[in-house]
Amino acid sequence: MAEPKPRVKVPKKAAAGEVITIKTLISHPMESGQRKDKQGNLIPRQIINKFTCEFNGQVVFSCDMDPAVSANPYMEFSAKVNEPGTFKFTWVDDDGSVYETEKKITVE
Amino acid sequence: MANRTKRIATMFAAMMVGTSASLAGGPVDDKLVIDGELEINTRVPAPEGHPFDELISGWHYRTPETRDLEADSFQNPGMLYVERGEEIWNTVDGAAGKSCASCHEDAETFLKGLGASYPKWNEEAGKPFNIELQINQCREQNMQAEPYKFDADDQKALTTYIKHQSLGMPMHVDLSEGEMQDWWEKGKELYYTRTGQLNLACATCHENYNGNYIRADHLSQGNVNGFPTYRLKQSAMVSLHNRFRGCIRDTRAAFPPAFSDDLMALEVYVTWRGTGLDIETPAVRQ
Repeated sequence: MAEPKPRVKVPKKAAAGEVITIKTLISHPMESGQRKDKQGNLIPRQIINKFTCEFNGQVVFSCDMDPAVSANPYMEFSAKVNEPGTFKFTWVDDDGSVYETEKKITVE
Repeated sequence: MANRTKRIATMFAAMMVGTSASLAGGPVDDKLVIDGELEINTRVPAPEGHPFDELISGWHYRTPETRDLEADSFQNPGMLYVERGEEIWNTVDGAAGKSCASCHEDAETFLKGLGASYPKWNEEAGKPFNIELQINQCREQNMQAEPYKFDADDQKALTTYIKHQSLGMPMHVDLSEGEMQDWWEKGKELYYTRTGQLNLACATCHENYNGNYIRADHLSQGNVNGFPTYRLKQSAMVSLHNRFRGCIRDTRAAFPPAFSDDLMALEVYVTWRGTGLDIETPAVRQ
């Protein structure tokens, strides 16, 4: 697959204090570093090693990932929304690349 | 005493048979509804002349976790390939400066149901064409681009995108076109021919023993309505001809090249065997 592409699913609006479900997925091979190519050389490890979700600058969910996580890692978690704002999602790659995306939510 | 022991043994054996039948990895009773909206017909009556009464999608033979992955288009990793395929559809390639979209402008209308009707007779080539071959013909003749090599990432993504536009529409092949009936016959012969050191035919597993275990895995009817399929084992899309070759390899036989006459005949026949099952592409399997 080409360049890793993040996808997130956040409700567009929520009631104040509501607990919402957030789903995220990023396309990524998550090469474990254990496999060998046809010539017998080790394929270097390349995984997403960290994922963070912030709401208005405050971390609501974050985790470190290890080589056993399979390709295209999917994360689902909950967050309580008290005010309108922006969710910011960040994936950090072993090669130093950072993939980001944002979603706005309104509160009624 | 000996007599009694024998009777108990017989009873026990009968019980074992009963137990193994209920644990045999048969189809589960469940409904596939994608995103809570689109109901997929995964169990349909078989067409005339079919060895089964009911056709069952491979989805019914998988674990609850795998089934859930397919039922949520967000979680389904195959959808990444659908998105990539849509990009390719709209990207200009080749000396003619065209993309798929240059000729087929209204993709949504043009593609709706199209993938469900392949393989189709191709008069010019004098053989049935599947979507991959059709794409390559378009690339060579109309776009003046290089045809895709078998199982190139872009080939799989574009095929997945095209087939996905028929999601929830029943699969059918038109055997009345050209020499499709002859290819169907040839495919049927291959389906029932035992090959390899293990001496297995397609029918051995998928007709005689579907619903049973093969080592730790469930044997399904081997329907192809979900192809290309996202297989968790490979963490990637798996094309139908890749799957055919994998199955034949597992019988320890030499496997024919992708898109060869043998495998095209098999595709015609096996697609017919799933007549009426809704397209699930991208299906998720073990």
